Amino acid sequence: MHEEDSVETGVSRRKLLGAAGLAALTAGGVAAYSTADRDDPTEAASAQPDPLALPVAFEGEHQAGIVTPAQDRMYFVALDVTTDDRDELIGLLKDWTDAARRMTQGNDVGELGAVGGPPLSPPEDTGEALGLPPSNLTLTIGFGRSLFVNTDGKTRFGLDGQLPDRLIEMPSFSGDRLRPEISDGDIAIQACANDPQVAVHAVRNLVRIAFGRASVKYSQMGFGRTSSTSTAQVTPRNLLGFKDGTANIKAEETSTVDEFVWVADGDGPDWLVGGSYLVARKIDMRIETWDRESLEGQEVIIGRAKGSGGPLSGGDEFDEIDFSAQNEDGEPAIAEKSHVRLAHPDFNDGAQILRRGYNFVDGSNGLGQLSAGLFFIAYQRDPESQFVRIQRSLAGSTNDLLNEYIVHIGSGLWACPPGVGPDGYWGDTLFA
Amino acid sequence: MKRTLVGVGIAAAALTTLSACADDPAESGDLTVKASDSSCEVSATELEAGPQTFKVTNNGSKVTEFYVYAEGDRIMGEVENIGPGLSRDLVVDLAKGTYEGACKPGMIGDGIRQTITVTGEAAKPLSDSEELKAAAASYERYVESQTAALIEKTEEFVDAVKAGKVDEAKKLFPIARTYWERIEPVAEIFGDLDPITDGREPDAIAEGVDFTGWHRIEKQLWVENNTEGMDKYADQLLDNVKEVVKLSKEQPLTALQLAQGSKGLLDEVATGKITGEEDEFSHTDLWDFKANIEGSQAAIAALRPVLEKQDPDLVKQLDTEFAALDKELNQYQDPTTGDWKFYDELSKDQIKKLSDAVAALSEPISKVASVVAASA
Repeated sequence: MHEEDSVETGVSRRKLLGAAGLAALTAGGVAAYSTADRDDPTEAASAQPDPLALPVAFEGEHQAGIVTPAQDRMYFVALDVTTDDRDELIGLLKDWTDAARRMTQGNDVGELGAVGGPPLSPPEDTGEALGLPPSNLTLTIGFGRSLFVNTDGKTRFGLDGQLPDRLIEMPSFSGDRLRPEISDGDIAIQACANDPQVAVHAVRNLVRIAFGRASVKYSQMGFGRTSSTSTAQVTPRNLLGFKDGTANIKAEETSTVDEFVWVADGDGPDWLVGGSYLVARKIDMRIETWDRESLEGQEVIIGRAKGSGGPLSGGDEFDEIDFSAQNEDGEPAIAEKSHVRLAHPDFNDGAQILRRGYNFVDGSNGLGQLSAGLFFIAYQRDPESQFVRIQRSLAGSTNDLLNEYIVHIGSGLWACPPGVGPDGYWGDTLFA
Repeated sequence: MKRTLVGVGIAAAALTTLSACADDPAESGDLTVKASDSSCEVSATELEAGPQTFKVTNNGSKVTEFYVYAEGDRIMGEVENIGPGLSRDLVVDLAKGTYEGACKPGMIGDGIRQTITVTGEAAKPLSDSEELKAAAASYERYVESQTAALIEKTEEFVDAVKAGKVDEAKKLFPIARTYWERIEPVAEIFGDLDPITDGREPDAIAEGVDFTGWHRIEKQLWVENNTEGMDKYADQLLDNVKEVVKLSKEQPLTALQLAQGSKGLLDEVATGKITGEEDEFSHTDLWDFKANIEGSQAAIAALRPVLEKQDPDLVKQLDTEFAALDKELNQYQDPTTGDWKFYDELSKDQIKKLSDAVAALSEPISKVASVVAASA
């Protein structure tokens, strides 16, 4: 009877519209959006609805949006908390959770939503997602080091002893050209969806809820997921034209996920168990010079064939890379300084990360060049031994050959708390 | 920081000022207010309910003002522009309650304040519709006080422009505009007058009309550093200002327009002042900024009894956010001269903090109209 309840109260406007479009679901009503259906592509397909339009469960042991199959669009926002009051911050996290719970399930923000409120009052929900399906929307929150301590090293919000040792200050890497105004931030929220309007709607409404308590530092739109996080997904291409994330951690590899993604007991403060660390790097690509590089040159730099994605040591995309293989000139088939070699676990003490990045194009730079690149996102259990370890291998003009064509201009690291329960809120384990 | 009053009942706030006129003969039993540059002495602070006449004498060297505020700085009455050595009378009808009398030497800041306690008859409770009317009447008094000063200061500005006194005109420009910006929602309801008085150059070009008004003269003063050819614009500006004032008296705002105006003023800040677009030649945007906030606050103060009754939590939130914005903004004013920092002297970080504070206030302000409408 959920559906009828929704009609009477006007609460579930978008779910109602969504359900009307998904006639095949009437038997189960809203319950047909259950996790079980979504996890089984065959069953979902037989029930007709587009799996890319369905909701993703908001609650769970871990936050959604990490091992969730990567959606096609992203809107990422970093905010600074402007209040000094712990209770106000908790209130904000509760309000956000309430809105996130609603939006991820395809509902308007607020009891009265976009069009149910009094005529002279601004609507609770901004309305641009009316009639759009949930589109796999996930909202994932992370807390930056600056939420715990201010620049003088003083504890904020009474969070004494809660700053995880692993939430390090990101070291500088050779070649970095980081811009402070698009780096760090007290709180990060990653919104991913298969419809950009759904992702933008989510961030816009969360930002609106935050006025007076938190303020946007920067935000970034991304398109065309550059990594697959599930074996069910094909490997997408980044703006260099190469398949990206072939060797990424996949959701189905649960022991690898446990080893490299989720924070475990004993890793640090208890509040973060079941969470993960998010690294974001805005990487500008010198697209025009890259495009002038020969095909052979591009393939040597990456270490893979551009068409198939197969390693230059031979074989197809998912075949093992043979780093000892030599070409006919007796040179290593996978160049010593190729991207794929330097980034590979074999050369990084076995370190792996779950990548979840997106392409971006921020228009042009005024010289007729695209302001484009990769908004790199990686999740891991320990940034120092994972992202930092790998990036040390890559960074610098004498390392990764690709560095001639890319430059890191933004950076951030956040600790993402575990998932929330039915009555929980984002960060409840931290503020308990 | 605005001061708050203790123990003021809602009902205490609803009576009207009788008049505020310099020519009223002072009767025996009148209160005297001795204002100087550093003090404000009211002859008695324990009063009986009923009409009171405050005879305000300015013994200081700066132009001063005298206000009687109810809770939340709701203006019960005020006299502006009392020059050194001059006296003016303020007649105000006060019901039982606690008020504050404030002198504002230099016409800036929160003023030098004294608590005034009124005993005796409480104001009679008003119906919802009476309350809305009282709110509109209270705001009308505010508009009245501002329009009087607006005409005086615009005349001074226009005289300086026509006399070719560039430096003096530059000094008067942001001050005269203060009175304009405080009551901008009033000007905006007279559709044609706002663009020719306060229009911007790109819009005039786009519409193929002559660029006139405040900003035309501003451009000449700051870009050309002279007043050549400005006589006709100066005359026209004064005519238009007088016309706005005349129309505003014929067509006072309703309580709902008032609520919408309080939001409109903040929207002005968010789109025009925070970006430094409005005063692009003089960079005197912070004068306008402050005036918009004061105007918005005056509208909210007039509506306060209505809001207190319908949504006391909203009033608390508004008080907090107004105070936070004031704190953020006032650090850019020179407390002695009253001058503000120029917009182009502010850092990006400072502008961001101001913008955050405006956004924080704008959200609760956007809910006021609905509360007022529900009360009608």
